[in-house]
Amino acid sequence: MPEIRNFTLNFGPQHPAAHGVLRLVLEMDGEVIERADPHIGLLHRATEKLAESKPWNQSIGYMDRLDYVSMMCNEHGYVLAMEKLLGITPPLRAQYIRVLFDEITRILNHLLWIGAHGLDVGAMTMFLYAFREREDLMDLYEAVSGTRMHATYYRPGGVYRDLPDTMPQYQASKWHSQKEVDRKNEKRQGSMLDFIEAFTERFPGCVDDYETLLTDNRIWKQRTVGIGVVSPERALQLGFSGPMLRGSGVEWDLRKKQPYEVYDRMDFDIPVGTTGDCYDRYLVRIEEMRQSNRIIRQCVDWLRSNPGPVMLDDHKLVPPRREEMKADMEALIHHFKLFTEGFCVPEGEAYAAIEHPKGEFGVYIISDGANKPYRLKVRAPGFAHLSAMDEMVRGHMLADVVAVIGTQDIVFGEIDR
Amino acid sequence: MADKITQLAEQLQDRLGEGLQEITIEAGEVTIEVAPEDLLEVATQLRDLAEFGFEILVDLCGVDYANYGKDEWATEETSGSGFSRGVDAQTAGRLQVVTEDLVVEKPSAPRRFAAVMHLLSVKNNQRLRVRIYAPDDDLPVIPSVTSIWSSADWYEREAFDLYGILFDGHPDLRRLLTDYGFIGHPFRKDFPLTGNVEVIYDPEKQRVVYQPVTIEPRVLVPKVIRAAKVTGPEPVEDDSGAEEAAAAGQAE
Repeated sequence: MPEIRNFTLNFGPQHPAAHGVLRLVLEMDGEVIERADPHIGLLHRATEKLAESKPWNQSIGYMDRLDYVSMMCNEHGYVLAMEKLLGITPPLRAQYIRVLFDEITRILNHLLWIGAHGLDVGAMTMFLYAFREREDLMDLYEAVSGTRMHATYYRPGGVYRDLPDTMPQYQASKWHSQKEVDRKNEKRQGSMLDFIEAFTERFPGCVDDYETLLTDNRIWKQRTVGIGVVSPERALQLGFSGPMLRGSGVEWDLRKKQPYEVYDRMDFDIPVGTTGDCYDRYLVRIEEMRQSNRIIRQCVDWLRSNPGPVMLDDHKLVPPRREEMKADMEALIHHFKLFTEGFCVPEGEAYAAIEHPKGEFGVYIISDGANKPYRLKVRAPGFAHLSAMDEMVRGHMLADVVAVIGTQDIVFGEIDR
Repeated sequence: MADKITQLAEQLQDRLGEGLQEITIEAGEVTIEVAPEDLLEVATQLRDLAEFGFEILVDLCGVDYANYGKDEWATEETSGSGFSRGVDAQTAGRLQVVTEDLVVEKPSAPRRFAAVMHLLSVKNNQRLRVRIYAPDDDLPVIPSVTSIWSSADWYEREAFDLYGILFDGHPDLRRLLTDYGFIGHPFRKDFPLTGNVEVIYDPEKQRVVYQPVTIEPRVLVPKVIRAAKVTGPEPVEDDSGAEEAAAAGQAE
């Protein structure tokens, strides 16, 4: 009788299905997983320690780089925690803009998730379709902040600037003829809100396309139904949040239960799963895209008819306008103090949580009254989800690991921080 | 909302009694402090009693209070030559490679290390923050809550890795985020921001090697503490008035 032993398989850190730099040490019995030990930290940049050495405002840009597929939501968590300590509330229009961009970000995130999840499980087409829509949303980021990904758009006291009246246009070049460019620019003639509205009209049809490709697809169902089942009790124990928790049938959404900004004025539904497997979580996220689309429409309607300030008029926190600085001594002093020293946040501690596309994104701040945070802790949703990897894949086949990584919607920027 | 928070605070006081060291309400959040020896009992009650129902451990993190309230640039007193321009190399973020005896200054806080937990009750829709100070600064030990909330597993590993807080009873307390073979606990306030070692490719040895850091220390903005509040009403001399203002702030 030959001795039969388990063998250990190294999955990653350079594996296309590992969604970044995940090293999984898998103990296998044949093709069945006995134990999974994720090794993380390969993307650890000590964001929290860096933030301790910088003025409060300068860390907003770092937040973008945590979960780099839902940038503005990360900023939102940090800015909200700061505002809690400062005791300020941004103007209403800024709150609507934040909700608008939170939901745009949610769609951005879920589009990348469905593309990558599909690709991992074998549905290659999804990636191409999802990226077509992502392109338009990235353009919105660009129109409003000047950059397609790391926006640094939310600031304590509001947002950096109001929505622009024009969309950026494509330019003709050696490779793109005028005719082609004109066709691309056709839907970019109006204001930014027109562009968003056109998107919201088209987008539900796009989601229908994705569903046609996946929802009743036999291969998709074989790969996701009954895989990575988590009971509601375990989901709570394991600290799940967001679609991972709702997929298990727990009706919990911070936008409804602990509303922040103007979510209490929005009309939308929370989708909830029943079985807690990968397929249910897929359905939950698909429905979330439709609901986000609904919220975006409501925001666009409100923003059209309600112009106003998007930033507090408090120059102890917000730098004065450039024109004011040229003529006003006081404004120049404020500008100088803000950019050499920053503002001080009152002593105390605060925890602010938002419903990030992946779950509850919390920021815990301790301030000792200085111009830098004393301690910043980022509570990333993916961290708790990945820590449950062992439990979710135990007893499954090797190929199912990829499906579970996909369904957890893992991004290493936020897990390793 | 404010009612709910005071109600929770009262219930905590009733139920936990002597297990509770301190309870504060600030910015609409309840914080309790618990002694390490009472932690497991208190945590079980927090999870199981119906009026608390904290079934999710949302977050657990370490905190190092060594430099709390220490600034690098005096702003309160002016001398004949103006504010101090020199920046003392006392706080975090300084390169401390050369200092031979790395003496940790006596912390300004009574105890240096703490673990902070954030709890969430889905049933009752409420949150709670629990802070546990480690009694010993040199060997910080806090009991592990992995038996009560499974999600504590990685959070405690992270706090151990970054702060060196030992969680008594944790099944598998390994480093989580730092490199294999890493020395030190990088988020402690006496650990330099630049780190102690860097990795380069050595063309002679034809492999990657570790060497002491060569980055120049620099601080662009010194830490300044300005006690005055940035916004809000002027501080009131009369204590009762301040309390009323705080209560009004919470009610909003």
